[in-house]
Amino acid sequence: MEVTISTAELLTTDGIPLKQSLRKAERRNKLRAFLLVFPLLLFIIVTFVMPIGDMLLRSVDDSQINSVFPNTFEEYKNWDKGADELPPEEVYKSLFFELANGDKRQIGKALTRMNYAKSGWKSLIKKTTREIKKIVKKGEEPVSYKDTFIKINKFWGDPTYWYSFNQMVNDRSSIYYWNALDRTFDEDGDVVLQDEKRRMYIKTWLRTFKVSVYVTIFCLILGFPVAHLLANLPLRYSNLLMIFVLLPFWTSLLVRTTAWIVMLQQNGVINGILVWLGVISDDGRIQMVYNEAGTLIAMTQILLPFMILPLYSVMRVIPKSHMRAAQNLGAKPAMAFWRVYLPQTIPGISAGGLLVFVLAIGYFITPELVGGKDGKLIGSWIAYHLKTTLNWGLCAALGGILLGIMLIFYWLYNKIVGIDNIKLG
Amino acid sequence: MALPSYASPVQRTYYYFYLFFCTVVFFFLIAPLFAIIPISFSVSPFMVFTEGMLAWPPDPEAWSIRWYKNMIGDCSADVVSSTVPCSTKWMVGTVNSFYIGIIATVIATALGTLAALGLSRPHMPYKGLIMAILISPMIVPLIITAAGMFFFYARINLVYTFTGVILAHVALATPFVVITVTATLVGFDMNMVKAAQSLGAKPMRTFFKVIMPLILPGIISGALFAFITSFDEVVIVMFMASIDQLTIPKQMWAGIRQEISPVILCMATCLVLLSIFLLTTVELLRRRSEKLRGIKAR
Repeated sequence: MEVTISTAELLTTDGIPLKQSLRKAERRNKLRAFLLVFPLLLFIIVTFVMPIGDMLLRSVDDSQINSVFPNTFEEYKNWDKGADELPPEEVYKSLFFELANGDKRQIGKALTRMNYAKSGWKSLIKKTTREIKKIVKKGEEPVSYKDTFIKINKFWGDPTYWYSFNQMVNDRSSIYYWNALDRTFDEDGDVVLQDEKRRMYIKTWLRTFKVSVYVTIFCLILGFPVAHLLANLPLRYSNLLMIFVLLPFWTSLLVRTTAWIVMLQQNGVINGILVWLGVISDDGRIQMVYNEAGTLIAMTQILLPFMILPLYSVMRVIPKSHMRAAQNLGAKPAMAFWRVYLPQTIPGISAGGLLVFVLAIGYFITPELVGGKDGKLIGSWIAYHLKTTLNWGLCAALGGILLGIMLIFYWLYNKIVGIDNIKLG
Repeated sequence: MALPSYASPVQRTYYYFYLFFCTVVFFFLIAPLFAIIPISFSVSPFMVFTEGMLAWPPDPEAWSIRWYKNMIGDCSADVVSSTVPCSTKWMVGTVNSFYIGIIATVIATALGTLAALGLSRPHMPYKGLIMAILISPMIVPLIITAAGMFFFYARINLVYTFTGVILAHVALATPFVVITVTATLVGFDMNMVKAAQSLGAKPMRTFFKVIMPLILPGIISGALFAFITSFDEVVIVMFMASIDQLTIPKQMWAGIRQEISPVILCMATCLVLLSIFLLTTVELLRRRSEKLRGIKAR
């Protein structure tokens, strides 16, 4: 039998080659799918991604103060700190004119910035500006600008004030990031530790990690048996018990936090029960809230569902026959559990553990409300600088570091679990 | 999973310990939520169980609904206490919370459903990257989001406005809609869409008559998630709303911070009831959705 293979290209009824036509249809399908996603993508980029990017830019931005004292900073860079104790005459001269002629509002903003570098700048410059304006009004030209400054206030002869300029002389600077890690620049622009009094961030970072690790471990210890029970009960019971896990999940965070204050405070439910049981005396009530213990207890309960749910979904698909088979082959129950069951739950443990840990390091509301003085986490500092000190550069840098840490862990999470495997409820 | 009849005494002990441990954990999860309900009906202006409440037989004098009256803004003589302020703030907050929540939910559901439809198509380019961007608001800690949005929205004069808060809440809520609706679309039979189109239905008609009824349970679940996200959110509201733009969580925050009063517990009780209602609804919807898609009930 003769087989004929057509060498001509396959054509559609319109006479267009089939391949081309298919490609066109494919392209159109892609475009259509993309058009459906586009509105939300645009929305998220404008309302969310750009703000985050803006924050990251702000964390390295020092341009405002540079636009107020451009000449002073330029001259300052020429100061040979090894040779002269104080900056050269030109620095004083530039500062004189920039203070005399500068825009009052802009100078005010710059002063706030200078105070972050060294407290005392604000009042010093304010006093000095008043005196300078008087001199300008009289129309006198000072013989030596340096002496004039020092005559106005002796601090102008104190090099430590001048050294703090090192933190501000560049448009883009990493100083906020160093500040967020308790570091600063010394007179040569090298990174050194802050004064003892001003070191507080490393302590808080460490506490944030410590609390997060503890909360993750507690959640694992409490969540593992519960997830195991839920996964192995007949469905009609486990669905019912699942309510205990899901109800806290659906309840407002503030309600849960309030509930813990009610439970743990000195006149609270737990202390009441302990006194009633005679475990502690009436004046021996334990302080369980407004400290680190309160933060740990409340956060463990709040984050527990995030541990139980991934564990549950992994455990549900582990065949029950595995444990029986292991024991049949002579393993003691403990051995069977350790060698056969536990390894199969590792995906659930890592998913739950990472999720709880990542949520915990970014937590703000609960530690802020029940943490008291020694239970606050890094989120509280971000809020403090955002709302109270208005040191937005430092606020953004703290946020930037936190974001970086989160991204590393989410990258891990994505490697292990896959980000699009996130399920709710 | 009962214990086999051949279990040794040691195994038995382990097993009962395990059951006891699980009971304690369940108790730990749920007890705080229910402990606050009785206290909200106390006469006392402190957030504690009073002796009268624990007395047997029950002492009716110890119980009252005065704090609920206080919450709804009824400041008559029998309600007012020297330590607990009485104002209409809670009601103003409730109205605002629903206002922000409902608008944010409508926008988030519309945008999120559209995006989920696109993401579920087999031809979607750069799916992983786009999904990561769309989900990011759920992942980034709220305090960072709040800081970033505050700086950015301050530049375009959106801080201290409801518009700013609503936009922020939409961004936070859409990931939940995207995830829920995408999950519903898994196993959705695309042939039904083709069948509808081959019978002459235009895309809009196909969506509303064929796709929508099938994924409606997922959309409603997503919308409820979106609503509760906005309704509970306090960090963004704290920074982006002006002082008199109160919402329930913001008022609760202020309540815990400054004026610890049982009125907070009344609102908390209402919110627990709301969450029970939402949880039940979502659970029923999930079962219905599985039935619709022909997945056998587990």
